[in-house]
Amino acid sequence: MGHGGPESGGVATITIGAARKTVAIVGPPNAGKSTLFNALTGLRQKVANFPGVTVEHRSGVARLPNSREVDVIDLPGIYSLDPRSEDEQVTRDALRGEIAGLRKPDAILLILDSTNLGRHLMLAAPILATGIPTLVILNMGDDLRKRGGSIDTMQLATELGAPVALISAAGGEGLDAVRNYLAGQFAQPARIELPVLQDVPRCRQWSAKIGGQANYRPPAPPLWTHRLDSIFLHPVAGPFMFAMVVVLVFQAIFSAALPLMDTTESIINTSGAWLGRVLPESWWRDLLIEGVWSGVGSVVVFLPQILLLFLFIGVLEDSGYLARAAMIADRTMAKFGLQGKSFIPLLSAYACAVPAIMATRTIENKRDRIATILIAPFMTCSARLPVYTLIIAAFIPEKPLIGFVGNRAAALLLLYALGFLAALATARMLKSSILRTDRTPFLLEMPPYRWPTLRSLGLRLLDRAKAFLYRAGTIILAVAIGLWILAHLPLKDGKAPQIENSLAGTLGRTIEPVIEPLGFNWKIGIGLLTSLAAREVIVGTLGTIYGIEAEGEEGAHSASLQQAVRKDLSLAGAVALLIFFAFAMQCLSTLAVVRRETGGWKWPALQFAYMTVLAYVGAWVAYTLVSTV
Amino acid sequence: MQLSFKRDRRPRENKRNTLAGLSCGEQAVIERLDLPEDQARRLMELGFLPGHLVSAARCAPGGDPRVFRVDGSEVALRKETARHLIIRLDG
Repeated sequence: MGHGGPESGGVATITIGAARKTVAIVGPPNAGKSTLFNALTGLRQKVANFPGVTVEHRSGVARLPNSREVDVIDLPGIYSLDPRSEDEQVTRDALRGEIAGLRKPDAILLILDSTNLGRHLMLAAPILATGIPTLVILNMGDDLRKRGGSIDTMQLATELGAPVALISAAGGEGLDAVRNYLAGQFAQPARIELPVLQDVPRCRQWSAKIGGQANYRPPAPPLWTHRLDSIFLHPVAGPFMFAMVVVLVFQAIFSAALPLMDTTESIINTSGAWLGRVLPESWWRDLLIEGVWSGVGSVVVFLPQILLLFLFIGVLEDSGYLARAAMIADRTMAKFGLQGKSFIPLLSAYACAVPAIMATRTIENKRDRIATILIAPFMTCSARLPVYTLIIAAFIPEKPLIGFVGNRAAALLLLYALGFLAALATARMLKSSILRTDRTPFLLEMPPYRWPTLRSLGLRLLDRAKAFLYRAGTIILAVAIGLWILAHLPLKDGKAPQIENSLAGTLGRTIEPVIEPLGFNWKIGIGLLTSLAAREVIVGTLGTIYGIEAEGEEGAHSASLQQAVRKDLSLAGAVALLIFFAFAMQCLSTLAVVRRETGGWKWPALQFAYMTVLAYVGAWVAYTLVSTV
Repeated sequence: MQLSFKRDRRPRENKRNTLAGLSCGEQAVIERLDLPEDQARRLMELGFLPGHLVSAARCAPGGDPRVFRVDGSEVALRKETARHLIIRLDG
């Protein structure tokens, strides 16, 4: 595969060994780009950012029939190549080879929805005009057939001057045709007459003409989607279903995840105890068991719960319900000066604020975008879940509240609602002062409902599990080890001091006067300090501290974290801690991403100050109220 | 999620020839988009092209946004945008 770099000197493309060819997947939103990408690359993919811009892209390696390989890049979903949004700009630059570090693609996989070809075919015009070899992929072929539509792909290929494949990426149908194309020689598209690219009506006429010549028969309307929408978008039933979906997710996170979490916990405890028996007595054994095992282990326990949350978000997104939810929410969002498009980033902020803040790119209005970025960290991200779960499980007995909804799930739901309300109130404030704008138009396509595929859900979960364990293995591990060392210094006659007299204890006691009004003692104080790095670190920190403490007591090693927390916090203090975590901005990754996306320290600094003050005041009010009741 | 119904009380005759005035299930032809170039292009890319049929699906009483069926897809628009799409009913 003797393939030279692009002619344009500049950035030298290093070709070590056999240079792999690069293909780019391009298509409108909802055409099934990700599904195709997942089907081609499987586990061999990674998410990365384009250098210099904020647009995320995924790249991976696809294995071909002749055991060769190609690099595949998944570009953002676009309707045209007109560089009006950042997504379109990036796609255009990538196709021209103008992005540093990214080779100009050798071929394009243009993926279009075959059930909506009239409109989607418009994108073929600017793509074919680039002159890059292109395979036109008509996706959702099974849907087209089932709903009585048809297309003559041979004729379409003749009309377009480029090969055409009718596939169903989700069902795995026709993928061989795509792989065979990638394995062969790429041919430049034949010259055909293309419309003036800037003119949408002309483009649409052109696509209608081409479709007509290829005997395109559009499918019948999606009956099931209409049926489902008559429930999910019903003026009364719709919002009710929306609320039901939310409640169901929370109940499941609590009750279904519990057995899994118990299993994980017992594996960690048993293995820790086993290590304690087999390893020779030494300081590093203590570090391993008290620092690493108790510290990191107490965070890893929450993996099942976090995966369950991502599973639900994945199902909602892949099935098409999320667009309906955005529509139902738009009216409420509008009252707070936001728009329905802010809803999707805000919803993904329930998983993590970092991708959510990146997802705000779809909001074209700059001020709306900044407002959404500023409020996103109020949404209850999955890093708060370990803290909430620990405190709720320690202080609230599990009892059915209404029907199948338990006490604990209700408490959790309340905390989620609290974060959401804080976000809305903040948005209202921002939008009526420093970020005032005219209302921006809200356009949202409602994709047909689809069954989420196991493959895409599985890959999503795997990706999240990796990210979570990576954090546990880096930030949390480092904090756990550092804390263990601080808790054992200064040495006195070669022996570690009592934890309250250690460096860590001193640090905690120094800030105790500040946090005492909130009902926290010095141990919680250490947790608050370490959780500035990331919220869930407090759980690991408490795990380490109690692990060390338990060592001093005779045979109390098995005392669970929950029981230990109950000794240290009053009910009022526990409520204050929950409120504090609901509002505080304890996440370095989020601050870093906000700085990058807003291009300076002004907004992240404001955000950090505002959220910390709110957290402190909120926790104080909560502590005072609960103490007096 | 619809907490109030008091927005947008304009004279009815104003609205009849815009998409905002289209009743549920009714069909019309789009005449023109009375919007700035940028917004008009977005809408056209989503299927709201002059000469195309559009129908109102999913109507809530006082509901906003609403879903419109156009060119093979369904798109949600707020009333404040729909008001700028001029339609002809005889389609």
